[in-house]
Amino acid sequence: MKIILLIIPIVSLIFAALNGRIGDLSESILSKSGEAVELVISICGIMCFWSGLMRVAEKAGLLEKLSKLLSAPLGLLFGGINKGGKAMSLICANIAANILGLGNASTPLGIAAMKAIAEEQQSGEHATNDMIMLAVLNTASLQIIPATAAALRLANGARDPMEILPCVWIVSAYSLFIAVASAKLMSKIKFRKQGEP
Amino acid sequence: MTDWIIPVLTVGVLIYAAIKKVDVFGAFCEGASEGLKTCADILPALVLLIVCVGMFRASGAVDALTKLLEPLCGAVSFPSEAVPLVILRPFSGSGAMAVYNEIAAANGADSFAERVAATLIGSSETTFYTIAVYFSAVKVKKTRHATAAALTADLTAWIVCGITVKLLLGAE
Repeated sequence: MKIILLIIPIVSLIFAALNGRIGDLSESILSKSGEAVELVISICGIMCFWSGLMRVAEKAGLLEKLSKLLSAPLGLLFGGINKGGKAMSLICANIAANILGLGNASTPLGIAAMKAIAEEQQSGEHATNDMIMLAVLNTASLQIIPATAAALRLANGARDPMEILPCVWIVSAYSLFIAVASAKLMSKIKFRKQGEP
Repeated sequence: MTDWIIPVLTVGVLIYAAIKKVDVFGAFCEGASEGLKTCADILPALVLLIVCVGMFRASGAVDALTKLLEPLCGAVSFPSEAVPLVILRPFSGSGAMAVYNEIAAANGADSFAERVAATLIGSSETTFYTIAVYFSAVKVKKTRHATAAALTADLTAWIVCGITVKLLLGAE
């Protein structure tokens, strides 16, 4: 990220000089900051509403229900984890929070799950296959309602912000499948190569 | 069909919460104020990133990059205007928002590029950030194939995103 923040302005300056657009560049630096404020204000309403509604769902016990439902399929993915243990229940809660889009709840749960796995499997400084599976699942977007994307679309004047929903589901399903498959596959390849856990 | 999802979900959650005797008002306000905090937290980063992305566009560098990658993107029906998003998405959530905004402004809301960009934001995560946070929490230094597997999934999202939007919503 640090490198990107350095490269973009430098490349921009060079390109602007070559294209004779230094005036545009100067103007964009000055005017864009206001745009950031406008964007945050215009998405803030939906973000608040959605976080509020999902907190209600969490308090009503939907998070627990969902994580119970997930324990069977997730048990298959996390082969090395004790099924009734603390790590497994934290993994389920983390994934359930991701599905509901509870961003503020899912990261602490995920970190707690990571620590529980480390304790259960005595990982040391090498990642275990189950740790990698959890991290990879968290980098694949699991949430059913892409609230941020919808808020951004609405802020930019899209007619029907939610029309992309089926597209988001299909793309998420593909990338989730590939994420799980490649994590499983790569774990086998590396296992042979290095003889690590 | 998609018009039904949000209203049904909203009313459904409220009814379920009422049955479970949850303090709906209190819980909602608690969650909403967290949402407000999230918005306030992203603003500083967003100011920097929107300025950076704006500079990139104003200098003409985006147009050059777009032209360069057009043949590659054409192969998977991905709008080359949305390529900067693919590059920035794994690194930064606010960066992705900044690029999305730029794409929507340049190509118009409900354009093919805008829809693809929004779909990509909705179906991917800040991969590098997530991996860093998760593994540093347990002091694991050798993350083995974690990044490779996660990036393979991101690559898949990029490949199927354009095609999916084209098939479902058209390429206008």
